[in-house]
Amino acid sequence: MTLAELGAAIAEAAGPAVQEAFVERGQELVLRVTRQGLLPVLTLLRDDPRLSFEQLMDLCGMDWPERAERFEVVYNLLSLQHNRRIRVLVATDEATPVPSVMEIWPAASWYEREAWDMYGIVFEGQPDLRRLLTDYGFEGHPLRKDFPLTGHVEVRYDEARKQVVYEPVSLTQDFRNFDFLSPWEGMTTLPGDEKVHLTREARGQIESAPEGPKA
Amino acid sequence: MSGEVSLHVVPPAEETTKRTVEVESHHINFGPQHPAAHGVLRLILEMKGEVVERADPHIGLLHRGTEKLMEYKTYLQAMPYMDRLDYVSPMCMEHSWVLAVEKLLGIEEQVPERARWIRTMFAELTRIANHLLNITTYALDVGAITPSLWGFEQREYLIEFYEQVGGSHYHVNYFRAGGVHKDLPAGLTDKIEKWAAQFPKFLDELEGLLTENRIFKQRTVDIGVMSAEQAMAWGFSGPCIRASGCAWDLRKSQPYEMYGQLDFDVPVGVHGDCYDRYLVRMQEMRQSLRIVHQCLERMKPGPIKVLDNKIAPPPRGEMKRSMESLIHHFKLYTEGYHVPEGATYTVTEAPKGEFGVYMVADGTNRPYRVKIRAPGFAHLQAMETLSKGHMLADAVSIIGSLDIVFGEIDR
Repeated sequence: MTLAELGAAIAEAAGPAVQEAFVERGQELVLRVTRQGLLPVLTLLRDDPRLSFEQLMDLCGMDWPERAERFEVVYNLLSLQHNRRIRVLVATDEATPVPSVMEIWPAASWYEREAWDMYGIVFEGQPDLRRLLTDYGFEGHPLRKDFPLTGHVEVRYDEARKQVVYEPVSLTQDFRNFDFLSPWEGMTTLPGDEKVHLTREARGQIESAPEGPKA
Repeated sequence: MSGEVSLHVVPPAEETTKRTVEVESHHINFGPQHPAAHGVLRLILEMKGEVVERADPHIGLLHRGTEKLMEYKTYLQAMPYMDRLDYVSPMCMEHSWVLAVEKLLGIEEQVPERARWIRTMFAELTRIANHLLNITTYALDVGAITPSLWGFEQREYLIEFYEQVGGSHYHVNYFRAGGVHKDLPAGLTDKIEKWAAQFPKFLDELEGLLTENRIFKQRTVDIGVMSAEQAMAWGFSGPCIRASGCAWDLRKSQPYEMYGQLDFDVPVGVHGDCYDRYLVRMQEMRQSLRIVHQCLERMKPGPIKVLDNKIAPPPRGEMKRSMESLIHHFKLYTEGYHVPEGATYTVTEAPKGEFGVYMVADGTNRPYRVKIRAPGFAHLQAMETLSKGHMLADAVSIIGSLDIVFGEIDR
């Protein structure tokens, strides 16, 4: 059974809960499911003997700020019996909880705590939604795209007060984000430019060499 | 002298009130600075007498935000972070990364054979180095000091091989998407062969110290038992799931790199206790040694990275003569290569278990998202299940047997 056939079979068995099933680069099967349908689909994936994804290998959050529902939870499952992997995606936003899969795989507990810690994704039915990786008393969700790389506070030991103190981050040098888009190539056609076009053509990246300069 | 005299005002000490609270159980704060915590594990143990009732590991004390940092680096610049995850087996961490990038670039097939043999061989040398550290420090945790003294000597040889290829003992940054950074230096294969010839004798001696050792067995047999079903549910992988009786090894079941062509066995345990986890690792070192021999035998001279200069830098000599090469070099080390849009969950069998990289590329020169799946994370999570009902001293054996390294767990 090919991955595409497997995806179609799962989509048929799970009904409308599966919004989309596709094969990434011909190698990895991905299912996009609805929040309501998440638990039934994952239970099916684990318990159906034709699928038997016994292991939840990884669970993580994703942030797509430009989407209507900005977060995505990614489940990477593994079937030892059939030696197969599958990826399940479910979308959510800041406020809407995603059902916890702890009941299906106890291993999900820490992964869900991590997703909460890093992205602020809420998991419904997760009894232990504490922060996992960040500091005690940390504020914010660091892996969100709008969280600055440097964070908001820094820590140092204050000799006078004999304790560790938190202070707002002060950078001696600004974080530099380089603009790598180079406008030079292809602006004009100079002697020697054909080298790059020829090698690209040979690799099939462009159909033909670009035209000369316009006016 | 002029000026003000600074006054240190000491605030009045807060009033302390004494209360007597009677509790049946008590808590022990194990770590984060404890030699048996294998790094910075803070384990809150709820004890009833000497028996562990609950275990709540607090992790994240070594959290460095690797995944966030990687989103701000090019694919090449993000590589060195991989070494710093599981810092006792750096090259295996690099391996998942380069395989993931190669997959997204679509150049898996173009990686030259020699590079793949080198990577396979170093992955196995790394596995031995990792198991040497784990087994010996695990023995140290349960009271045996000699294995660590002997084991570190052997590990030193392996680390010197690292130094010869990458210039550094630990954070070698040697693998590259598309091959390896440099070819093996002259004479290194002979040194590895010489080392490999004496290593079985060391393994026998190490086994002589531990395998039938009465104290070691008393501390590990039937401690922290995990059934195969439990191990699957808790997301176990690597030696920990094999000790529970699952013959599951990614090198066999989903072969990557050169493992499909190699001849080796997968040791599998029976009871899933701390002792079996030790035995599996011990046997794995012998199997890894077999693989190293085969790699040395079958490795042939040839290129060690892809020839495409958009991904791998041109040779230094060429850069002295060719403007094209110089520009390629400059562009590669400033802008880096662009990876086409896509996502992959790429795994390797790292010494500790399934080490996965979930990488989402958006077509730019930097990854959009990287999630690192650390095997130790899942293993440590099961700490409560494993240690419940055991004595405090057994919790130490269990931590040792899980092969915990905080670089990868906290990321």
